[in-house]
Amino acid sequence: MTPFSWDHFIAMGGYAAYVWPSFALFFIVLIADYLSPGFRRRRQLRELRGRMARQAARQQRNPSVP
Amino acid sequence: MANWIPLWVHKLSSPPNFYRFAGVLRPWALGLALVLGAIALYGGLVLAPADYQQGDAYRIIFIHVPSAWMSLFIYGVMAVAAFISLVWRIKLAEVVAMESAPIGAAFTFITLVTGSLWGKPMWGTWWTWDARLTSELVLLFLYLGVIGLYHSFEDRRQGARAAAFLAIIGIINVPIVHFSVNWWNTLHQGSTVRILGPSKMSSDMLWPLLTMMFATKFYYIASLFGRVRTDLLSLESGKDWVRQIAEAQGGASAAGAGRARAAEKESQR
Repeated sequence: MTPFSWDHFIAMGGYAAYVWPSFALFFIVLIADYLSPGFRRRRQLRELRGRMARQAARQQRNPSVP
Repeated sequence: MANWIPLWVHKLSSPPNFYRFAGVLRPWALGLALVLGAIALYGGLVLAPADYQQGDAYRIIFIHVPSAWMSLFIYGVMAVAAFISLVWRIKLAEVVAMESAPIGAAFTFITLVTGSLWGKPMWGTWWTWDARLTSELVLLFLYLGVIGLYHSFEDRRQGARAAAFLAIIGIINVPIVHFSVNWWNTLHQGSTVRILGPSKMSSDMLWPLLTMMFATKFYYIASLFGRVRTDLLSLESGKDWVRQIAEAQGGASAAGAGRARAAEKESQR
């Protein structure tokens, strides 16, 4: 086996323009997929806290209504 | 639910229990996926020799093929979960089915684009309307159909039922994708990796491929659990356990303060 060289590795035997975009796409799509529920979750909890705050305030104004 | 199902399944499928369970397992699944993925990439990009026909372009296989396997595997999981959700009305199965769809769509998209990037230097074309490519594209549309149908209903449980039907009907496409290279003449090569019998692939190329397959499986678990947790929160947003999580994460937010004031008032009465 020939010794490892970065230039050789990056060149991918002349197919760098096809190989590296493939791997980049793989990681970009999966990272976006992995992170997206976190944003959704934060927004949901924020909205829920807002609802709870409004509910609590309503209860304070008018304690007889549950 | 039928009484032959063991008790722990019952317990685990309750939303707050599964929320906690998934929260504990998720980092481990992601960790395994990252470690296995790194090993597979090192094996595939550095250790494995260039192909005698395709040179280094064949290295796209190490993401293309595991993604293609996942696109079919996730569809199977989605269809089974959809079936369970329709028959036994288990909320968790419904959430698993609906949250599998975006992950499956992501892997299908990766499969199509990397396949295109591989096809250009090897076949001389980005795309051809042959059986394997077309059926994989149909798979992407099925995933998008399930996602779209799920979100097009005001009532999300009604949307999940409609989408579950589509997911089950669409399962017919999975064997078509798989066997398309045998049933029709196609540019796409046949399968080199066999479950039964020896694979037609040298072992220094095969082990990174199989390692990547396990990495993508664990990635699926990690991603699915994150999505399911989020979906359970919104599905159960009126329940106490979700309110507790919202309060714990809000810290000294207005909600907490408002609630404390209300509680104070309550105790004074």
